[in-house]
Amino acid sequence: MADALARFENLYARRRRKVLFQAALGWLVFLAALAGALWVSDVSPGRLLGGAQRLGDFTQQMLPRLEPDKLLAGARTQGSLAYWYYALPKWAGLLRQSIEIAILATVLGFIGAFALSFPAARRLGTPRGVTWAVRRLLEALRTVPELVSALIFVFAFGVGPLAGVLAIALHTMGSLGKLFSEVHENADPRPIEGIVAAGGGWLSRMRFGVLPQTMPNLVSYSLLRFEINVAASSAIGVVGAGGIGMELKAVIDLQLYQDALAMLLLIVALIFALDWSSERIRTFIAPEAAR
Amino acid sequence: MSLTRAEIGAARARYPGAFGAHPLMRAARFGAILLAATIVIALARHLDLLSLKFIAGFANIGAILQAMWPPAAETMGPIARSLAETVGMAFAGTFFAALIALPLGFLGARLVIRNRPAHFALRRLFDFFRGIPALIWALVFARAVGLGPMTGVLAFIAADFAALAKLYAEAIESADTRALDGVRSTGAAGLATLRFGLLPQVLPVMLSQALYFFESNVRSASILGIVGAGGIGGVLQEAIRFNQWHEVALILIILFVAVFALDQISRVLREALIGRAP
Repeated sequence: MADALARFENLYARRRRKVLFQAALGWLVFLAALAGALWVSDVSPGRLLGGAQRLGDFTQQMLPRLEPDKLLAGARTQGSLAYWYYALPKWAGLLRQSIEIAILATVLGFIGAFALSFPAARRLGTPRGVTWAVRRLLEALRTVPELVSALIFVFAFGVGPLAGVLAIALHTMGSLGKLFSEVHENADPRPIEGIVAAGGGWLSRMRFGVLPQTMPNLVSYSLLRFEINVAASSAIGVVGAGGIGMELKAVIDLQLYQDALAMLLLIVALIFALDWSSERIRTFIAPEAAR
Repeated sequence: MSLTRAEIGAARARYPGAFGAHPLMRAARFGAILLAATIVIALARHLDLLSLKFIAGFANIGAILQAMWPPAAETMGPIARSLAETVGMAFAGTFFAALIALPLGFLGARLVIRNRPAHFALRRLFDFFRGIPALIWALVFARAVGLGPMTGVLAFIAADFAALAKLYAEAIESADTRALDGVRSTGAAGLATLRFGLLPQVLPVMLSQALYFFESNVRSASILGIVGAGGIGGVLQEAIRFNQWHEVALILIILFVAVFALDQISRVLREALIGRAP
């Protein structure tokens, strides 16, 4: 009895030592990584505090001078909302362009992703080599950040929304293509076998065996991607690829910080309005994929 | 023995669904597709996609791709340093964002703030931070605190802390309360209950979420340099501006490899934390 107890104590101590050692090692690696990260990114408590203080001043400059009694007065009265949003028509137009870029890029990306997702899916009877090549292509497309391809496209196609559309469309193609192919892989094989039994070829198997099962999820993922693309298209103007980002960069460069805050609020309102409505649509068309 | 037209007609009348959609339904579907196509084509024209500019640009792309080969750079020093900055900014930014999100997550879960208008205002403020992409934050912070990698760190903190706090609050809310009851039943004090009842449940989830954010931030960090926040984006933009396409190609390849390697490391760590994904 005492022997068993001693054995237990012994094992427990050994296990505890092992856990403690592993934890210490983990912490050591983590702290080293953190120290390295802080060192290369030039962060020190002093600089961080100094930055925080300047950020406080900056926030002050961003806040509009609103006066409660004149809030609803016309655009010429200082302190009114209309005075703060004096350029609303122009900003709304740019915001519209951002949305247009996002819509067109999502549609183009969807078409490309749709076409490539069938050969990229395993277990659907596509030759291995083709699947491998298409998968690598999709990987390459989604690894290049939108902004980097936008930089190159602005160089090639000139300043304007065209570069933004192409950059976002390529990225969308890469990430949707991967998601779509995974959805196809998870499709029930029995309908596909049915098509095979009836003598259907590759195209018929995809069209009548796979697609009817996966279409709702494809649409749901695309809506989700559309939301992401709206955020991307509002930022992509920073490199000259159209949309509200271009104007945002301009007003920040001109130090018109109240305008900048006004535009930021517009962007956030748009993103959340889309978020909210697309969530409703997604739960309606594909309850299991909408998360 | 073959079917006559009349027999087929009779079958069609009895089982309309078996012969495909109703003609009216088909017409409606066709109309919807036509409408969507019209809108897309109008948008494409409006955004210069159907123009000479587009075709001329393709020639430029071809020239650029040709100029990219072979990938090479005159000096590797700046590239290596800015790559380290890219990873460092993402790591430090995610770390601080998670550090701030932790207490906020607890506050959010327990609904400490009873004052409803204050609660509402706080939620909207968090939405504001969450809704703006890191690049825009970097653009703003570059003005406020100056150029350099610290701006990138601040941008990640601003863009991520609210999103992480929301995820953390959800993790805490979905934790099993029976474990808490169990620890409490042994007579443990408040803090000990949290440490031994709650933390073992939520910490792995929280860490793995922070790792996800780190992965995505490494990708974002590679572009923040474009607005002057440090990292490889600045070098890349410089190379594009001066037509150094060999260097652009090399930087892109290095970026691919780095992102791929970090994703693998992060995946291994995540699997160690929460077990293999099903």
